[in-house]
Amino acid sequence: MKVAEKTKFIQPGTLIGKRIPKMDAPEKASGKTRYIHDIDLPGQLYGKILRSERVHARIKHIDTAAAKALPGVHAVITAADIVDQRPIGVAKDHLPLKTDKVRSLRDEVAAVAAESEQIALAALRLIKVEYEDLPILTDPAEAIKPGATLIHPEPRQPGGQDALKPSGPVAFTGKPDNIAMRFDYCHGDVVQAEAESDAVVEDTFKLHYVTHCCMGVSGMIADFDSSGNLLMYSNTQVPFLHKREFAEYLNMDPGRIRIIQPAIGGGFGSKLDIYPFEVICVFLARAAKRPVKLVFTREEEFISSPTRQPVLLTLRSGCKRDGSLTFRTVHTLHDNGAYTSWGATTPFVMMQTFSSLYRVPNCDYHTVAVYTNNPYAGSFRGYGNLQATFAVEAHMDKLAEAIGMDTLEFRLKNAQEQGEVSGQGMEFDSCGFKECLTTAAERSDFRRKFAENVKNRNAPGAIKRGVGIASMLHVGGGAKIYPSDGCGTILKLDDFGQVTLITGASEIGQGSETVLSQLVCEELGLPMSALTVVNNDTAITPWDVGVHASRTTFIAGNSALGAARLAKAKVLAAAARKFECPAEELDLRGGYVIKAASGEALIDLPRLMRNLHFSDKAELVMTTFYYEPPSSYQDKRYKGNVSAAYAWASQVVEVEVDTETGIVKMTKITAAHDVGRVLNRLGIEGQIEGGIVMGQGYALTESLIIENGVMRNPSFRDYKLVTAPEIPEIDISFIETMDGEGPQGAKGVGEAPAICVAAATANAIYNATGVRICGLPFTPERVYRALHGKGEKLYLAPEKAA
Amino acid sequence: MSLKHDIEFKLNGVSRCASVRVDMSALDMLRDVAGLTGTKYGCGEGECGACTILVDGLSLNSCLMFAVDCHGRDVVTIEGLAADAKADALRAAFVEHGAVQCGYCTPGMVMQASHLLATHPDADAEAIKRGIEGNLCRCTGYTKIVEAIASVSRTGKPGARS
Ligand code: FES
Ligand code: FES
Repeated sequence: MKVAEKTKFIQPGTLIGKRIPKMDAPEKASGKTRYIHDIDLPGQLYGKILRSERVHARIKHIDTAAAKALPGVHAVITAADIVDQRPIGVAKDHLPLKTDKVRSLRDEVAAVAAESEQIALAALRLIKVEYEDLPILTDPAEAIKPGATLIHPEPRQPGGQDALKPSGPVAFTGKPDNIAMRFDYCHGDVVQAEAESDAVVEDTFKLHYVTHCCMGVSGMIADFDSSGNLLMYSNTQVPFLHKREFAEYLNMDPGRIRIIQPAIGGGFGSKLDIYPFEVICVFLARAAKRPVKLVFTREEEFISSPTRQPVLLTLRSGCKRDGSLTFRTVHTLHDNGAYTSWGATTPFVMMQTFSSLYRVPNCDYHTVAVYTNNPYAGSFRGYGNLQATFAVEAHMDKLAEAIGMDTLEFRLKNAQEQGEVSGQGMEFDSCGFKECLTTAAERSDFRRKFAENVKNRNAPGAIKRGVGIASMLHVGGGAKIYPSDGCGTILKLDDFGQVTLITGASEIGQGSETVLSQLVCEELGLPMSALTVVNNDTAITPWDVGVHASRTTFIAGNSALGAARLAKAKVLAAAARKFECPAEELDLRGGYVIKAASGEALIDLPRLMRNLHFSDKAELVMTTFYYEPPSSYQDKRYKGNVSAAYAWASQVVEVEVDTETGIVKMTKITAAHDVGRVLNRLGIEGQIEGGIVMGQGYALTESLIIENGVMRNPSFRDYKLVTAPEIPEIDISFIETMDGEGPQGAKGVGEAPAICVAAATANAIYNATGVRICGLPFTPERVYRALHGKGEKLYLAPEKAA
Repeated sequence: MSLKHDIEFKLNGVSRCASVRVDMSALDMLRDVAGLTGTKYGCGEGECGACTILVDGLSLNSCLMFAVDCHGRDVVTIEGLAADAKADALRAAFVEHGAVQCGYCTPGMVMQASHLLATHPDADAEAIKRGIEGNLCRCTGYTKIVEAIASVSRTGKPGARS
């Protein structure tokens, strides 16, 4: 073809690795984004829930007559009004409205739908409940003892889907004890290994309650149409699983349930389970025959949303004089709270860290989750890994010291490498762990500072400097815990060259829609402005298992990429027909079909699309793709390659410890993350910075204080989140290992940055002071007591392996 | 039900009146009566800053202010700020610097930042951090928020990492 005068040549360019602003940011920055709180439906009523305010009690009588008589009240419901209630939650041990008993302070006893929130609240005050108090059980070590008061003496209904599946943990239903779940894992022979060890250390760690504190409080709207179809505006992170489960709880056909997700004011794992308030909101809408909106207050959010799993953990570890790890034995006791949510299943993740972060030839891990009258734990960014890493990394320091080896050298000697298969069967196809260690150490001048701080421990002055290192392993290519870990995509190109990406993957603020758009635009040679994302309506979007396990960029990314590749092939085939050349000689770039070799523009995409559409064949370019990662279920012994890729990171934390006040100041964090490949530099930096500061809160300031089942600090005044002046300097390095399965080489990163901050901080405090603190958070009081010989006495794990 | 009171005030440059319950907060009035939902509820007790508005040029937590106290005042919300040319630069900076994740804290942050820069146009990273101390963000870890604000302060230097 002759090159005409007007011929355009399109220069190659890439969106990958660039700083691409979030697509939804302009709306959010101007206050136009609609969250659940901002949506009102015509005829909508306001729902409110009456909670027990008793920790453990029998419900003797509920009188709702006065509430029902209040003008403006449309429905008042208790368990007696809902004859077909079914148990909800991970172990199906939880009725949304409690029948004969309340087992924790948060328990839902009655609910009201009224014309305004004020009326609903006034109605709640008119409901009279008579209780008979029962003995309170809030110490899991007591709760596990034979003869302890039973929290769930009634035989439970069978059917906890994940709890009871063959490869899952064992749920003891109808048993005469308080055990909610038990996990036992082992590889190798720890007894033999201990006998052959040159150094053995043991400690008990106590990890505390913290909670998500999403800035947008929980809420939902339920609306039935005249045919009985249910529409929910919901903040869920797992719309398709919820659709199925709601159908079960409501005895409805799942096909009649539709979920729309408005913008979500933070998730962090808190919106993975179905909670009573959501089912109650639907009950209210059904009873009142009007749409019902139910939104929490902040206090309610603290009291009634899930926590991170509190853990009492005893770890015994050993190594040889040459620095090779020999074994690890772990006993953990989980306070399950009164009901079972995802927190009970955090051992799935915890055991990965014990068994596989470092090469440990022998590992035994035993967990018991015990019912108490405390709040119940859910899933929270990191999912048990913060707790496990806290213990493992303490012992990496301790063992190195015991054999007189450099602590970094010790870690490098035991670090996993590319190509290895861990004792638990995890296959590390890409692994930048050693590079993470050396990068974080070099950039922070770790070795020199570490030695200097030890020397200065006894120097005069109250302020001691410390530096600590910790690393983490987390799933980075999905996690196969459900029959499918996949995600579907529909891609539509229109007559104007605009692309609509319809994905099952939800946006919860993490930036998924931007990164998915980037992948599609890169493939189709389009600017970001050519793309619209639809990702929040189960009636439109294809199936996805949900936003969890740091899986969206990897799984939904591969899905979007698959659909884009199909679309590209279609477009190029059409162009090849038109220009009578092989499709391989063509490419898409800058909104044009170009000659791949020269970059010469042949036709702009909109024109080609119209040619196709308005031709005799009338073809539309619309593709679908479903991506299922090549990972596998764990077997009965929890072995298997559960993720298609794994993320690695090392973080060095620097602190100043005021030995006179116990105040710990975090001055700098140097983080090195194996992310596979950076897709959106702006987005990934934001994820890491945000995760680090969340980890800082876990380490230093945040703690839900629960005394005898009562939450003492359900407000931001008393629950201390990190504020802007307290953030450390943050230095981030990306280790790009180009994962073979990841989209453009990328792996998941969402949870990773929060995981090792507390562990590294503990090591830094030890480096500064020579005192190891095994409980969190490092509040001035705890640190002061530890430094001045008044440390808390930690109890021992209640059960030892036989 | 409860007592109502008529008030007259300026909202985003436009005079208006409203009939409000005496126990109603300015936050509820803005959201439920005026229909401006950009101002967010995060705690209702002055601890998070999601509800930040400007009243006679001062930044306030609207959840702690009674609606009746808006009478005779000049109230600006994120919606009013969005129409302001100077605010454009600030909003653009939040977008460009990645200072927005879930976005729930963002309107309050932008309001607080605009007040900070109006009163301290030379604010450096440290002053900015102190200036937004009362605004909680659970997503970003603040670094990019500080960088965004610093980029439009007269010092012009994103000094969050120095
Ligand atoms: S809602 Fe006003 S400060 Fe939190
Ligand atoms: S962006 Fe989510 S709270 Fe700030």
